[in-house]
Amino acid sequence: MSEDLRAAVAAGVLGSEEGYRALLQSIVEVARAIFKAKASSIFLLDEIADELVFEAVSGQGQESLIGERFPSSTGIAGFVLVSRQPLVIEDVLADPRFSREAAEGTGFVPKGLMAVPLLHEERALGVLEVLDRPRDSKFSLAEMELLGLFANQAAIALDLLQRARRAKDALSGDGELDVVARVAAALEARRDEGSEDAAFRLLAELERLL
Amino acid sequence: MAGSGDLLVGGRKHSTYKTAERGVFFLAVEGVRPGSYASSMTQEPLPAWSLPADAVQRIELPEAWPGEITREWAWGGATGASVRVCVLDSGVEAGHPLVGEVQQAIAISIEGDEVVVDERDTEGDLCGHGTACAGVIRSLAPDCEIASVRVLGAGYTGSGAVLLEGLRWAIEQGYEVVNMSLSTTKQKFAGLLHELADSAYFRRTMLVASAHNMPVESYPWRFSSVISVGSHEQDDPFAYFYNPTPPVEFFARGVDVEVAWTGGGRLVCSGNSFATPHIAGIAALVLSKHRELTPFQLKSVLYLTATNVGGER
Repeated sequence: MSEDLRAAVAAGVLGSEEGYRALLQSIVEVARAIFKAKASSIFLLDEIADELVFEAVSGQGQESLIGERFPSSTGIAGFVLVSRQPLVIEDVLADPRFSREAAEGTGFVPKGLMAVPLLHEERALGVLEVLDRPRDSKFSLAEMELLGLFANQAAIALDLLQRARRAKDALSGDGELDVVARVAAALEARRDEGSEDAAFRLLAELERLL
Repeated sequence: MAGSGDLLVGGRKHSTYKTAERGVFFLAVEGVRPGSYASSMTQEPLPAWSLPADAVQRIELPEAWPGEITREWAWGGATGASVRVCVLDSGVEAGHPLVGEVQQAIAISIEGDEVVVDERDTEGDLCGHGTACAGVIRSLAPDCEIASVRVLGAGYTGSGAVLLEGLRWAIEQGYEVVNMSLSTTKQKFAGLLHELADSAYFRRTMLVASAHNMPVESYPWRFSSVISVGSHEQDDPFAYFYNPTPPVEFFARGVDVEVAWTGGGRLVCSGNSFATPHIAGIAALVLSKHRELTPFQLKSVLYLTATNVGGER
């Protein structure tokens, strides 16, 4: 098999964007449940645009927020990103500048939040936020530890998502290889149906055709 | 230190220089020879590399070190007066009831390959975090001078380089204490940050930096020439603990701390970001009473007066 085809097949079996999105969604849902919070979200840093993008949301604003963007140094999430320091704030309403406009735009203004940077190796990939823990429970360092563990998991998922996107982008200029990647992805999904041999035969045929 | 070009822009003093022009500045600073320190007490260069027999008297310490260091000796009656504390952060809101006067407000940015130093930053605080740190320092050392060096707010891109240049600027200015409730994970800055931290240590600038509570490599808190700070859960702002298993050296109050925030506001916050200025404030108190302490001695005083060491005496 040629190098190009191998790369296309590798990109195809690497995993779909939907798969990683589902992982991120699962992380925010578990974070929200564990902290008994009203909402939780993951922001991905778009380094080229220097913006933070809502990548996964659980709770209020769940559908409408995905894909929303704002400048990377805005608000608490922006600060957490650039300072690399987690931050827990009990009463954000007392802060007149706390991205109130952005928050109102989402239809949900939180009272308290926990925000932690998503760090993978030496890169800051984004921010995980947990909004409105129950007011009667006192914040503890044990919760901070837990938040750090979640952040680590989310950072790994974000890294995989970015890699999958880059692999797909690399193929996007080449229609034929893109088709190969999609065929490989479809065959990968049916591996357990004993289609492995068929997959390789099909790829060999494709190579001959291309 | 003069830059390659000083200019007035809109009534503000700007200085700029090329990042590539800056080497390890501490070897080239006028009046400071490598390895020597012209003590303000003696006005005479002290021994650099070795100690001849007739020089022992010349390194006599300006103040007797008591047999037992107590908190009373360390900062009893001190207010932080005339100690210059730099808050390297998102800016500081001057005139906030919990912060009071801010003696200097500087903004560092990078445009292309030029470092721009705005010595009259009028932006205030872009987030609230720097104001929070300044308020904690003020609550412990009410009469210290506070300078804000703003290195955050211009976006994520380049934030590591701005942090590095801001720290370089703060060390050149000779602040006695620099509060750094932030860090960078970029490996390429680690070496330069390490050199800067070491030069600060020898130039009597104590860097107090927030530790990370996540399993990542970040700087400069991991360097032994700075004081690294994590959080404990107690309410006492003067409770701090020495950690015999570094890299985190001290734990200070960092949970449910009422802090100053922008717009004259107050918030209850948690994080190592707020533990750090507690140690910076106590350091300012100690230095205002014992002006000749080196960072090594200051660290020793903090160790000996820590709650879990001799702090109860």
